[in-house]
Parts: sequence; C-alpha cells; structure tokens
Amino acid sequence: MMVRIDLWWLPRAFVLGLLAFVIFGPLTNLVLWTVAEKWYFPHMLPLEYGVSFWQRVFSPRGNAMESLGTSVLIATLTVIASLALAIPAGYALSRLKLPFRGLILLAFLIPQAFPNLPVYVNIARFFYQIGLNGTIPGVVMVHVTHGLVFAVWIATAAFSAVEIDLEDAARSIGAGPIQAFRDVTLPLAAPGLMASAIFVFLESLDEFTGSYFVGAPDVTTLPLLLYTAGAGGNYQIASITALLLLVPSIGFMLVVERFLRADVLSKVGH
Amino acid sequence: MQKRLLAILLVLPALTMIVLFFIVPLFASIVGAFEIGDTFGLGNFTKSFELYSKDMIFSLVIVGISAAFIGLFSVAIGGYLILGENPRAVALLRWLYRWPMFIPFIVVGQVMRTFLAKNGLMNNIFVSLGLLTPLQTVGFLDWRGIVIAFVWKQTPFVTLLVAGAMASLDRSTIEAARNLGASRLRILIEIVLPQIAGTLLVGLILSFVTMMSVLSVPLMINAQSPTMLTADIAFRINAHGDYGVANALGMISLLLTAGVALIYLRQTVRERS
Repeated sequence: MMVRIDLWWLPRAFVLGLLAFVIFGPLTNLVLWTVAEKWYFPHMLPLEYGVSFWQRVFSPRGNAMESLGTSVLIATLTVIASLALAIPAGYALSRLKLPFRGLILLAFLIPQAFPNLPVYVNIARFFYQIGLNGTIPGVVMVHVTHGLVFAVWIATAAFSAVEIDLEDAARSIGAGPIQAFRDVTLPLAAPGLMASAIFVFLESLDEFTGSYFVGAPDVTTLPLLLYTAGAGGNYQIASITALLLLVPSIGFMLVVERFLRADVLSKVGH
Repeated sequence: MQKRLLAILLVLPALTMIVLFFIVPLFASIVGAFEIGDTFGLGNFTKSFELYSKDMIFSLVIVGISAAFIGLFSVAIGGYLILGENPRAVALLRWLYRWPMFIPFIVVGQVMRTFLAKNGLMNNIFVSLGLLTPLQTVGFLDWRGIVIAFVWKQTPFVTLLVAGAMASLDRSTIEAARNLGASRLRILIEIVLPQIAGTLLVGLILSFVTMMSVLSVPLMINAQSPTMLTADIAFRINAHGDYGVANALGMISLLLTAGVALIYLRQTVRERS
C-alpha cells in the first residue's frame, strides 16, 4: 500500500505559520523586552537577560505596585457598582413587563456606539467644577458608565436563561418574592453574573481614555503608567506593565466559554 | 400597574447613570462646539477645518483601510473554519485567531511600537534571516503602524461574530453546491457571504466606531502630523485648554462615524428591497 502524503499540508503549514508569526511575534517581543538588560540594533535577541527591571518595578518604592493597587481598587469598585445597578435592571428587563423594553436595552449600548472621546473631555470639565476630577470615585463613575452595557446585557441574558417555572415553584410552596429571588433565581444566574463581573473588571482595568482625562495626573492606573513609561522611552518598565495587563486578558479569553454558556450567550441582546 | 412601576424603578438607577454621565456630556460637547466665549457661532469649525482638515481625511482613510482588511481577514478565517476539510488545521486556526481579542489597545500600542520600529524585532528577524540588510530596513511607525495595530486587534472580534453567523447557516445548500463541484472559494463568496453580510456589517460598523475613538494607539505609534483626530482632540485640551475646537473636532468625528454608518445602512436597505 502506498503511503499518501497530503501535499495540502505545505500551503496550510505556510499560512498557519505566517499567522502564528503575526500573532505571537509581537507578543514574544513584549516578553523579551521585559527581561532585556541590553538590547540594541541590529541584534535579533537581547544581549543580556536579567530581572533588574522587575526588581525595580516591584520594589516597595516603585510606582508600579501603587498603580496596580489603584487599578485593582478602581476595577473592584466598578464591578460592585455595576452589579448593584445591573442586577435589578437585568431582572426587570428579563422578567417584568416594561414599556419600551427594546429602547431601554439599546440605551445601554450608547456609550459603546458613539466615539467617546468628546464625552470624556466634557465629563472631565464638569468633574473639575465639582471637585471630582483626579479622584477615584470620578474614575469609577466613568468606568461604570462605559461597562454598564456588558453588565446589564449579560445580567438580562443570565436571568432569561433561568426557567421561570422554578421561581413559580418556590413561590407556590410559600416563598416570598424576595426569598424566591435570593434562594432560586440569583444562585442559578450566578455563572452569567460572574461572567459580566469579569467583563466589567477587565474593561475597567484596561480603560485608558477616560482615566487619562478624568484621573490623570492624580490617579495613576496601570494603563496611565504604561503610557508615561513608554513616552519616556523606558521600554522595559512599559513592557512589564503591559504584561501585567495582558495576563488577565488572555486568561479570560481562554476560560470565557466556561462562564458564558451557550444558553446564556444566545440570549444576549434579546 | 404596580408591577410596571416596580420594573421602572428597578431599571431607573442604571438608566440615570447613562443619561447623566454619557448623554448629558454628549450634548454638552455638541453645544460646546458652537460656543465662542459667551456667544455662539461657527468659529470653532472654521478653525478646525483650517488646522485639521488633513487629519480628518487621514483618520477616515486609516480607519477605512483597516476596516477593509478586517473584513477580508475575518471572512477568510471564518470561511476556512466552516469549509476547511482538515479537522486538525481547522482546530489549530480556531485556537490561533482569537489571541489578540481581549488585549487592551494600550498594550497593543506598546507591543506594536517595539515590534514594528526600524530597529524592532521584526526587522531584526528579517536581517538575521538574510531577507534584508540593516540599511534596507524601514520602520512602520506611521500610518501603516496604526493600520497594522487596528487590524491585529479588531480582526478576532469581527471573526468571532462572522464565524458564529456562518456556523448557524443551513449546511444543505453548501453541501449541494459542493456535490455539484463548486470550489470552496466560490461557495464562500457566492453562497456563504451574502447570507452573513448583515453580521459582517454590524461587526465592521462597531469596529469603525471603536477605531475612531481610540486615543492610545495613535498617541503611541504616530503622534506627529498627520495624525488621527483623537490625538488632535487630546492635544487641543492638554496644550491649549481649547475646549471649543476640541468639541468641534469631536462633533466632526461623530458626524463622520454617523455618516459611514448611514451609508452602509442605506446600502443594505436598498439591497434587501
């Protein structure tokens, strides 16, 4: 019997290899910069490797730790505020009779559907007058507004995916509406709500434009630190900061399907 | 009636947030565009066109070219995902294409700045492979860098939408065409593409808006003239405190985006009627 060699693997391997280079080349470059002590043209790879910049970034006096703390604090507050707004709204949008339901759902999309730079400029101007500019609550408000579409849409889909019969069953054996919600609906919708929380957390962690106008220079989040380090030509510090932002984003990309099951996903935006 | 009131009360806080921190500032920006001192007029717009008309065209061209590439690549990847005959290559592609999706724009800017520079890793690899000599290397940190960064970051998102729409198509027409001997490329263009055009359009318009409002990529890759309108708006505020021209530029970018969305929408309505 003749061994058949699939000649199609030649073009296939070439195209897939090219794609892998296009995707992982820039990412490899970033990782190399974080451990490069000495690297100049025309050497393909760094001449000396080391972790001295990591030590500098993570030293108690280094401002990266402070920015990381600020970023995580802002993102956590953003998640709490978004869920506090989105859980009641999502429940009402999925379960209760609401006039103009479609329009209300669409309203949450507005911050994503218009160029938001002019909006941030004017929020910053307004916040400046009332003393919110350069404060953490100010940045949180901007992030909540921007992330609310994920929070509300996913929460609505998560509640829609919970069978209404289960809630009715709890009610018929004597549970009050709040008890039925707390003991039946909320736990069943929890994975979807978790997904929306992660979405909002990442959006807040990565947000640059709003923080740049409303937060800087008093509130320094990781993206702002990355920008200033890069603008100052310090590629090692900028790359380490970029890597810190990259890890949660890629981690989420790899597990997103575990949180957002198909039955919830198919109801998003409906 | 009471139930309806309850529903409205539950939605109201979230809606208030959107109105207060997005719709009100949006109107403030439109009003501010016409404000000159204490009076109203078109002065900000004349100044914007005098100083930045080149950048307006530059922004549109960059975002337009990027959107074209994003559309091309997403259809190609999505098409291979449903029409590819080798399960291993399909699985590999499915695993590969999504990586940049959740990477923040600011990180994309930093990554591309170091990768595409005249002495960046890309040129270094080409030199080591003997494809280029050190003297032949060119940096890509101009309009090409912005296009590459946009396409790199936005293609996975549009592909995800397009591939989802393709996966839910009725396979029987595809199988029928295949049995009649149609090539896969022809099936993709003549059978699959027309059915998913709506999804592709939505993905491209969302990407268009996103690219028009990204500040970090143009600031990091190409901040010198000509640059994108977002960088000009930031410059007007930070260097001059000039809210009038900044708001006028904001409104112009709003109109450009709305214009593109409208042209596409009218096109689809015409195609369907």
